[in-house]
Amino acid sequence: MKQALIFTRFERFWHGSQMLMIFALLASGFEIHGSYQLLGFKQAVMIHEITAWILIGLWVFALFWHLTTGQWRHYVPTSYQLNDVIRFYMVGIFKGENHPYRRKRWAKHNPLQRLAYLGLKMLLLPLIWGSGLFYMFYGLWMGTGAHQALPIIAGLHTAGAFLMLVFVIGHIYLTTTGETPTEHIKSMVTGYAEIEEDENEKE
Amino acid sequence: MHSRVNKPLKYLLLSLGKINHFFALLLVFVVFFSLPLQASTADHRQFEQLKGPFKTGPDVTKACLECHTEASSQVHKSIHWNWKINPAKFSSDQLITAENAPGKDNIINNFCMAVKTNEARCTSCHAGYGWKDDGFDFSDQSRVDCLACHDTTGKYKKFPTDAGHPNYQAKEWPAKSGKIRPAVDLVNVAQHVGDPKRENCGACHFYGGGGDGVKHGDLDSSLKQPDFELDVHMDEDGLNFSCQNCHTTESHQTAGSRLVMNAKDNNGIDIPGHSKGGRASCESCHDQTPHKGDAAEKLNQHTEKVACETCHIPEFARQRKTKVFWDWSTAGNSKKMIKDDEGYITYHPKKGDFKWQRNVQPEYFWFNGKTDYTLIGEKTTKNEDGSVDLVKLQGNAADPEARIWPFKVMRSVTPRDAVTEQMIVPHLFGKDENAFWKHFNWDKAAKTGMKAAGQPYSGQLEFVSSTYLFPITHMVAPAENALDCQQCHQQKNSRLAKLTDMYLPGRDSFSWLDTTGWLLVLLTLAGVLAHGLFRVVRSSSKEQ
Repeated sequence: MKQALIFTRFERFWHGSQMLMIFALLASGFEIHGSYQLLGFKQAVMIHEITAWILIGLWVFALFWHLTTGQWRHYVPTSYQLNDVIRFYMVGIFKGENHPYRRKRWAKHNPLQRLAYLGLKMLLLPLIWGSGLFYMFYGLWMGTGAHQALPIIAGLHTAGAFLMLVFVIGHIYLTTTGETPTEHIKSMVTGYAEIEEDENEKE
Repeated sequence: MHSRVNKPLKYLLLSLGKINHFFALLLVFVVFFSLPLQASTADHRQFEQLKGPFKTGPDVTKACLECHTEASSQVHKSIHWNWKINPAKFSSDQLITAENAPGKDNIINNFCMAVKTNEARCTSCHAGYGWKDDGFDFSDQSRVDCLACHDTTGKYKKFPTDAGHPNYQAKEWPAKSGKIRPAVDLVNVAQHVGDPKRENCGACHFYGGGGDGVKHGDLDSSLKQPDFELDVHMDEDGLNFSCQNCHTTESHQTAGSRLVMNAKDNNGIDIPGHSKGGRASCESCHDQTPHKGDAAEKLNQHTEKVACETCHIPEFARQRKTKVFWDWSTAGNSKKMIKDDEGYITYHPKKGDFKWQRNVQPEYFWFNGKTDYTLIGEKTTKNEDGSVDLVKLQGNAADPEARIWPFKVMRSVTPRDAVTEQMIVPHLFGKDENAFWKHFNWDKAAKTGMKAAGQPYSGQLEFVSSTYLFPITHMVAPAENALDCQQCHQQKNSRLAKLTDMYLPGRDSFSWLDTTGWLLVLLTLAGVLAHGLFRVVRSSSKEQ
């Protein structure tokens, strides 16, 4: 076991700024949705749209980064130890057991994380971006009458927002389940975390 | 005299601080350089024909026609003369012929209801002389009233009950008030004719329905000398538009009428020489994408579905009150007139109860420019709440030609035949024994009116609630006073709450989705809290 830099500077910047933007998008989005009035509809729409465009830009970079650095491999799903991890969160954690998964340089996420992040990236985010862009460009495709697809698009976007909020809550809570409650958060800031030596790997 | 040059300069300075610089300056220059052009090349005081003396209005008209040979025949084709829309221009789905074309003479409203048998009173606002009954000769050139529109002295006033004539002798008005209207000096008026001012148009259009601001709500005497707050275009110290700056008039044909509306002007800016029917739409000067700066793109997308007036006239009747309710059923109940503390009549012995309102929020409807008016002889149907909609707008969210328009909704209680289901054409005005305003007998008034209109009357008269609509187009407010997004895009108190055939972000949601969503969020929160709490409890118990 040793401390190693597993979250590079770009990755930390990406994660941190994405976090801020998702908070801004959730807050402004639910105001646009009419759930509450905070800044006013116009301000909320402006914040929502500007933030969305910046996040899209960041995402293009992140995609590029994942593909060129091979970091996408961290999200390949596996069933190996999946049951162990699920059992740990449901039972073992209360008994003071250690986390069954040992982080490796090229497998820094446990199998449950892999599944969750893959689902997030492959299902939830496309749902949000897809419906969001359709929603944003409504004026271009609505044609001459009010288009019947608008409520469906809006509904999908709202559903995506709820799922994102659920993810965020779960995600934040799970950061507290390390050796110490702040261990995971610290490693997202510094980039360093404990990893297991991987015999097969050459640096 | 005010210094006319100063005003545009003042406006120019004012406009420097405003956003729409370019257009404001452009308009200032247009107005500035066109001022000298407004001076006529003719001094009518020098004309032999106008030396008089004139006994009547038609005598003046004959003199006018000696030079302006085509004027009367032009006026004869206008809505100001026929009180009829041009069937060729009318776009309703109803079959329209010259006979049943809607117009003032056959549309039933819920003010004084109908012109029929009440002509001599109503036609004090006709651009003619002597339309007192069905016998009026619409082809008589000398019957055209040139002076009502072209007087510049402000002293020409058509007498309220003389079928369009001014009073040629001094006469008391209102009756028994002791106030005397002096005889009109026809020679003086005829020698001082010119382009119509707001006062000329306003003499009728500000006072429709029997008083100042009664009918439209966005047209009243406050527009004679409006400030920038009240009307950015007619602002006396600014652009100082006359009516025909927008209601362009060629050969006495005036553009823009609520009876033949263009709900969506797709022509954009009307360039002189390429004009497509005048400038009586916002887009004629401002284009369909007029917004600059903040959120311009989003706002410009709105113009596809939202009329400019909807956001830019957030409230109408902003200085004077407008009448919003009229209950005819109480007319004649008392002889005592009642006024509110500002002098607005709230009970008139001849007319019943009124309600007036200032700063009225319009009501909003989808509108594609086509309107079905209730015409004399038409059967009416009651809504679920028992009221009759006299004006039915066409258009809905899916209609490509429809936009969301602001309207004044006039609510009244007016008579209806319970058996034939026709609205009553009551004989109100006159000195005869059947006139309601003489003897206050609804049955006689209805019998006489319906007979004159060629309609049956069962004798079963009932009073029903009725609504009548006026599109709101005047009193455009300064841009910073335009509606905020929030006023429509919110769940509660949305101005568009009644327009339910569309999905409006911020106002609409699927309640099942929201419930499920928030439930899921709460369950997740509860789940992680329970999980965390259990962890804390277990670890502390282990430590012991």
